[in-house]
Amino acid sequence: MINGLLWLLACQLAGEVVVRALDLQLPGPVVGMALLFVLLRWRRPSDESPTIRAADALLRHLQLLFVPAGVGVVTYLTLLREDALPIAAGLLVSWLAGLVTVAGLVVLLRRRRA
Amino acid sequence: MSEVLDWLRSSPLLGVFLTLAGYRLGRELHERTGGHALAQPVLVAIVTVGLALWALDVEYDAYLTGAGIIGFFLGPATVALAVPLHRQAHHLRELALPMLVAIPVGAAVSIVTAVLTVRALGGGDTLQRTMAPKAATTPVSIALSDTIGGLPPLTAVLSIVVGILGAVAAPAVLTLLRFRDHRARGLAMGAVSHGIGTSRALHDDPTEGAFSGLSMGLTALAIAGLLPLLFLVI
Repeated sequence: MINGLLWLLACQLAGEVVVRALDLQLPGPVVGMALLFVLLRWRRPSDESPTIRAADALLRHLQLLFVPAGVGVVTYLTLLREDALPIAAGLLVSWLAGLVTVAGLVVLLRRRRA
Repeated sequence: MSEVLDWLRSSPLLGVFLTLAGYRLGRELHERTGGHALAQPVLVAIVTVGLALWALDVEYDAYLTGAGIIGFFLGPATVALAVPLHRQAHHLRELALPMLVAIPVGAAVSIVTAVLTVRALGGGDTLQRTMAPKAATTPVSIALSDTIGGLPPLTAVLSIVVGILGAVAAPAVLTLLRFRDHRARGLAMGAVSHGIGTSRALHDDPTEGAFSGLSMGLTALAIAGLLPLLFLVI
């Protein structure tokens, strides 16, 4: 478990250092995720390996981990109320556009190949 | 009594306890409702903790002295998202070309339509940046919002809401538009409604769930890569 957590933290650390050193507009943990993905494809560890087990343990309660960030919304209640229309419309329009684009493109590209 | 309250407000114990208790309550409700999409544990937790902070008159910053300890683990958990992506990656071969085109294009469409709709309806620059990453899975959208100058807590809530929207409405919308292929449906759901949409997809059909999970991981990476570039042009 400790070894697994160390691997996850090492990837995050590497990601944080890389984005700062190269001045990238990316979050360190996302670069760390890409790095771990490459490592996993390369080493192909079993489901019993410490890294996989630590990852599964953290992801089991993933929702718990973003409660603290989400609670911060209490400080933006006025903004939510004042900008309710752009927020609701932006959410709905962009969600529908993304959904139809992806489903449509997949179907279209498969048909062309067939 | 006020001395006790003062101690409580400054102790990390309160933040950790409230967060865990709110989440526990959320899970309970999720189970009792048979896993209803609206009863997301995180949403219940946010509302419960928010109300408790208001009732006890605790500032958000004071809450964070404790809750920050839990929030810290969001970083390594985001890294850990590579594991489910790795597990689903073999599906990439089945549908490589359609996926490698549809997911980045879908991510770009989500970002651009979100920003332009908010702008057209009078939302400011910060709100546009807050809305832009919302289709990514919540841990990633929070981090992206912070990187590009949005309001991370608001992005978190928007991501959760868009996830719930997907779990509740996406299957019906896709059926209405006559998308029957399980792989196309799964990819579309994961692309706009990340993990919450994926759990609905898994519930409906295993193939749909697998492709939704894969799509969620790839979409998170696509949105992360595209956001800074798109903000240069829109």
